[in-house]
Amino acid sequence: MLQTIAFYLFATLVVASAVMVIMSRNPVHSVLWLILSFFNAAGLMVLVGAEFIAMLLVIVYVGAVAVLFLFVVMMLDIDFASMRAGFVRNAPLGIAIALVLLAELVLGIGAYRAGALILGTPDGTAAPLLFESNIESIGALLYSRYLFLFESAGIILLVAMIGAIVLTHRERPAAHRRAHQDIGKQVRRNPKEATFNASPEIGKGIDL
Amino acid sequence: MDFGNYLALIAPELLISISGLVLLLVAAWVGDSAARPISILAALVLGVACFMVGPALFDGASGPDTNAFAGQFRADGFAAFAKMLIYLSGIACLMIAPAFFERLGAMRAEYPILILFSVLGTGIMVSSGNLITLYIGLELNSLAAYVLASFLRNDGRSAEAGLKYFILGALASGILLYGMSLVYGFTGTTDFTLIRAAMTLELSTGALFGLIFVLAGLAFKIAAVPFHMWTPDVYEGAPTPVTTFFASAPKVAAVALTVRVSLDAFGLQADAWRQIVIFAALASIVLGALGAIGQDNLKRLLAYSSINNVGFILIGLAAGTPQGASAVLVYLAIYVVMTIGSFVAILMLRDADGNYVENIRDIAGLSRAKPLIALILAGMMLSLAGLPPMFGFWGKFVVFQAAVQADLILLAALGIAASVIGAFYYLKVVKVMFFDEPAGVVQGRSETGHWVLLIGTAIIVSPLGYLLTIPLGLLADRAAVSLSLLP
Repeated sequence: MLQTIAFYLFATLVVASAVMVIMSRNPVHSVLWLILSFFNAAGLMVLVGAEFIAMLLVIVYVGAVAVLFLFVVMMLDIDFASMRAGFVRNAPLGIAIALVLLAELVLGIGAYRAGALILGTPDGTAAPLLFESNIESIGALLYSRYLFLFESAGIILLVAMIGAIVLTHRERPAAHRRAHQDIGKQVRRNPKEATFNASPEIGKGIDL
Repeated sequence: MDFGNYLALIAPELLISISGLVLLLVAAWVGDSAARPISILAALVLGVACFMVGPALFDGASGPDTNAFAGQFRADGFAAFAKMLIYLSGIACLMIAPAFFERLGAMRAEYPILILFSVLGTGIMVSSGNLITLYIGLELNSLAAYVLASFLRNDGRSAEAGLKYFILGALASGILLYGMSLVYGFTGTTDFTLIRAAMTLELSTGALFGLIFVLAGLAFKIAAVPFHMWTPDVYEGAPTPVTTFFASAPKVAAVALTVRVSLDAFGLQADAWRQIVIFAALASIVLGALGAIGQDNLKRLLAYSSINNVGFILIGLAAGTPQGASAVLVYLAIYVVMTIGSFVAILMLRDADGNYVENIRDIAGLSRAKPLIALILAGMMLSLAGLPPMFGFWGKFVVFQAAVQADLILLAALGIAASVIGAFYYLKVVKVMFFDEPAGVVQGRSETGHWVLLIGTAIIVSPLGYLLTIPLGLLADRAAVSLSLLP
């Protein structure tokens, strides 16, 4: 019963906040709604007993979204003064969301302690876990049954990294490097070589 | 699980990935001055990999002994045939690249490494026995390909090609993944054999949608109409050696993968996908031929030619029989030789300033300035058109034969009729080279490596290639049988 209530709460909020991601006009608000949606998806994962995936969602996605957030702030011209102006007006909404999150935390932990929801295939229940916790089970499978795929996925990430470097890394041209400060050269300079008198003809310049 | 056996089965992949990693370290320490030695070493690695897949190819290995990692990876004869083609075209692309990039001052040590990893991805694609393996191989190949397409960073067209390829490729991956998730949802498995077993009865709507989305994603990768729109732009914008690569190794892999998915995973639902494949085949042949007519860039023309050829390949797939699969493999082998030959010939054309000539107007009267190149390029064009004395005819012949024997006589007749449209623009190139007033643009000498490759491919494409029909047919038949085509 508790699990069902928690499930519907999380699921409703995932859908609602996902809708808000595409509905809100302010990109910063979109990102905030996206974070809320990820948190609720993580809650759903906790409900079905996949704590590891829940943690991944929070750490990887919410972490990545924080970076995305930074990009948005950096690249778009957003007037933060006008955003702060609505603090009092928006406070009730903020408090409401905070309360919902608190309720979710309580419900989620309560539901998890009451036992995870059992998911099954149409013709029976799911296969039992290999080990006590699903982190151990995932690890055992990744390094035995799915070893080949896991390592290949690693190579994909490596290729992505090589690609990023190939496309963006440039050797500094020699002229640019010479412009760097060379203290020894500066100290060795003497006024006799550095300055000279010249009397150019009218209308002509001098070569330096 | 017997890891020793598994590692022996993935030995070519292990070799390529380990040498890729080692060469990457060499590239990082020594820098771009080592680009040429690294290219040679990478080509050698692929040569050794050819020998490693040799036994599976000649024995036509099949059955459960060729399955590694619980059926996720299949090192059977079919995969070996495709891998042999992929490795050989990889070697060709490594051979032609250094001279091209050095002339532009853009040779970098990462080029051979990215080619190696892309070849690794294509090898995983053709060996996949599981939807996840399929996707991982595809992404590994595509990611390296996106970078290779925009390898000339200072060239706007190259950057555009890379970006276009990336965005449309990501869209195709999304479509493919969506289809895979539907297939998984309705069959409860990602393994090809189990999907086949689960799809015995009439398809549910969801599973049908999954099948269509998977085929659409794959059609994008093989550049079949209506998912071909990226091809001309990417082929034109990418550096020519990279275009050569795109038109050979990934194309072979994507076609082989499509054949495996259609005949193995969806093999019992041939009626569900046959009409899609027939439509894509005819549309590719017609659109490829019509689109090529107005082109004045040689690389764009060859892009449409590749769309056109994919149409003929799909006719073999539409047959849905082992004979059809064998015809597809034979066609692929001949197509790879023709396409590499044509691109190498284009790569050898330079004007007085050393710039690469890509415009059809500039090769007018080429037969007087460069008689041998003109002759070979004309041979490639006639072969791509499928005119009888050239070897390209044989590929079309086996494909149509397979279609006729599968009672798809109408399809074969339409295909033959449509191939006449294609002959027009191939013959136009020949006419421009031999009968037009010389433009006098093409000058200068060409590299020895290019000559070797050009003459090698020319000999295979020439009527001498018919000596290969029997061994090629035999190997392709064995490879097709190993696809485990149960009734």
